[in-house]
Amino acid sequence: MAEAAAHDHGDHRPHGWVRWVYSTNHKDIGTLYLIFAIMAGIVGGALSVAIRMELQEPGIQIFSGLAQMVYGMQGDAAIDGGKSMYNAFGAAHGLIMIFFMVMPALIGGFANWMVPIMIGAPDMAFPRMNNISFWLLPPAFILLLSSMFVPSAPGAFGVGGGWTIYPPLSTSGQPGPAMDLAILSIHIAGASSILGAINFITTIFNMRAPGMTLHKMPLFAWAVLITAFLLLLSLPVLAGAITMLLTDRNFGTAFFVPDQGGDPILFQHLFWFFGHPEVYILILPGFGIVSHIVSTFSKKPVFGYLGMAYAMVAIGAVGFIVWAHHMYTTGLSLDTQRYFVFATMVIAVPTGVKIFSWIATMWGGSISFKPPMLWALGFIFLFTIGGVTGVQLANAGLDRSLHDTYFVIAHFHYVLSLGAVFAIFAGWYYWFPKMTGYMYSPVIANTHFWVTFVGVNLIFFPQHFLGLAGMPRRTVDYPDAFAGWNMVSSYGSYIAAVGVAIFLYGVFEAFQKKRVAGANPWGEGATTLEWQLPSPPPFHQWEQLPKIK
Amino acid sequence: MRKFLASAEFLAGAAASAVLFSSVAARADQPREWEMTFQAPATDMMRQIERFGNYTMWFIVPITILVLVLLLVCIVRFRASANPVPSRTSHNTLIEVIWTVGPVIVLLLIAIPSFQLLTAQYTPPEEAKLTVKATGNQWNWDYEYQVDKTFSFNSAVLQDGDRAKAGKEDRARYPRLLAVDNELVVPVNTMTRVLITATDVIHSFAVPSFGIKMDAVPGRTNETWFKAEKEGLYYGQCSQLCGKDHAFMPIAVRVVSDAQFKTWLDTAKTDVPAANKALMAEIDGTNKVAAAGN
Repeated sequence: MAEAAAHDHGDHRPHGWVRWVYSTNHKDIGTLYLIFAIMAGIVGGALSVAIRMELQEPGIQIFSGLAQMVYGMQGDAAIDGGKSMYNAFGAAHGLIMIFFMVMPALIGGFANWMVPIMIGAPDMAFPRMNNISFWLLPPAFILLLSSMFVPSAPGAFGVGGGWTIYPPLSTSGQPGPAMDLAILSIHIAGASSILGAINFITTIFNMRAPGMTLHKMPLFAWAVLITAFLLLLSLPVLAGAITMLLTDRNFGTAFFVPDQGGDPILFQHLFWFFGHPEVYILILPGFGIVSHIVSTFSKKPVFGYLGMAYAMVAIGAVGFIVWAHHMYTTGLSLDTQRYFVFATMVIAVPTGVKIFSWIATMWGGSISFKPPMLWALGFIFLFTIGGVTGVQLANAGLDRSLHDTYFVIAHFHYVLSLGAVFAIFAGWYYWFPKMTGYMYSPVIANTHFWVTFVGVNLIFFPQHFLGLAGMPRRTVDYPDAFAGWNMVSSYGSYIAAVGVAIFLYGVFEAFQKKRVAGANPWGEGATTLEWQLPSPPPFHQWEQLPKIK
Repeated sequence: MRKFLASAEFLAGAAASAVLFSSVAARADQPREWEMTFQAPATDMMRQIERFGNYTMWFIVPITILVLVLLLVCIVRFRASANPVPSRTSHNTLIEVIWTVGPVIVLLLIAIPSFQLLTAQYTPPEEAKLTVKATGNQWNWDYEYQVDKTFSFNSAVLQDGDRAKAGKEDRARYPRLLAVDNELVVPVNTMTRVLITATDVIHSFAVPSFGIKMDAVPGRTNETWFKAEKEGLYYGQCSQLCGKDHAFMPIAVRVVSDAQFKTWLDTAKTDVPAANKALMAEIDGTNKVAAAGN
């Protein structure tokens, strides 16, 4: 087929490094994104394991030594440098996992790969823009990593303000260039995402195969469409906020400087106007993936398809008007808090619709428990736990006691680390045979699941208790009474790290053994268009557009 | 009923934990080892927060169990070997209406007491009798007493080297990272207003057993209030990342009797260390026996 196509001007197929660096092919770019996400995930995961090692026991054990090794500090300077380094690890962990792991994996990776195929399009609408979307990410990542090695505050290296980079800690609190590098990194990563979002919106609106109306479109494409709109509307607000941060830092403006008429709280409003839609950006594509997997392995169509699609639309829309529930303790007025309590609770309704629809999809089905299904089931249950603690946190009166404690850490890791990440692995095991043509070892995949499941629950469930008992977030050391659950949590993270190793081995093993997967390894339940193509799909697909019934 | 997040245990052990609660509540003024719940309340507000938290558990635990049970039923009943021929059902308007309206009702049931709690937090039942201004600095607090003759002092984490000199060698009563050099001293059963601000970066003034947490933001003054019901020493920590020593700026509140407070205040206006020393001599002298069992 490639021989015949070689004469066609439209099917120029580059080889070697040119194929990847100059790539305009959505599948190749998707692969690049996935490789990038895996590498960034390993870095971000390693940072979190270092954090857990530090917190395994009271006192400062790990980071003073790390500061000594990395920055060459000695004595008390090493202890102080270590404290700052801990903060820098926390900030970098958050930023890397969000901007360089989850988003590239779900949107750049799976969506790039699968959305054009699923909607019957030959490629993305703007293939060259797709290329630049990806190639903006490595420099952004390098900027962020290099920020960890340049000064921030006196005697400190790296951005130590958390991923939320609230001023004045991120302005006058850290005058060194580390924060500037991080801001530029977020700018570039944001630009990359905005370009990607434009690409997806254009592709999905204009390039669906004849007969595929929006109401017949697969739910993953729906999820990506909504996610793209969230990106397009929220990221410019973040860009504005961090630009103001940048000029406050370097050019004497005072947007967030109170004694010159600015307001630090303004930044929080802008940040969370982006930040809250951002958490739905991280989870919505996962919703789409899980819908497909549950349907495929139950051999049943998705239950309540329209409800599922419009629940995501509702979640996306309401996601824009709940931002200040991250700010209940900043001194918001009573009526402001009342509004945000109400609006936040509303989101639980469409989320509930999704959970129950997944269960109803399984109900009456003929379920086979292949690895993707295992991860999807794990997702549904763990996301539910994160969801119900979210309902608790929505209540400003109760949040008074839980805000900025480990309860919040537990909550958002249940929806992200155990939600979004489980969805990523579900998607990985679902589409890996399609993308590579090889079938992985189900034994390794199942082991990966169970080890990860035990690990992450050990990490994060005890953190609910720590938060209730009052342990604040983002502290390098803690009162001795918190030692017990912290120890459990740290052991959990080591188990989860073993899970990552098993995952990597499973990938290696699959490429080594080269078990041929076939066009559709999942059988009759896999009904979306990608399963009609060979595995891996041809370099250009749908030269003859598929017909949608 | 102090169990808050012990899922299955929660339902089964509700009665048992009610007994447990009454026994440990007597002096829980700081986090305890392997604690799984809120610290015991020392104000009526915290009691309301705890009650509301427990109330939400009556919804979220059953919902989580319901989802788990439904998943397990699907896994057992509809596994391929047990149910080889899948149904083709993909719509059922009634069930979809039910699982939309059901959560709405649950949310309403949560929202009503939630709004009551929130309103109560912003509606102090009486005028404040004492006003203290807490100012967050990197990495300590300034407390200013706004009484007839305003005075202020600094409160920083107690260094291990200073324990002996400060007479705070009892690590159960003065725990590492929670104990400070100069506590905030307030009278018991007295409406106390706290004005909260910061000089450099954002901090947050939080005392878990009082049910208060309020950000200390440079350039603005936030306000919260508490009315401590029992004498004792209550601990909190800065709750907004504020840089290198964020973990090392605790908040310690010493709640004393009216008479003790009056004596302390008279001396503190001119000599805070002397006032603290005299107060500690009196309290720790009388509490020796109780503290030993701590």
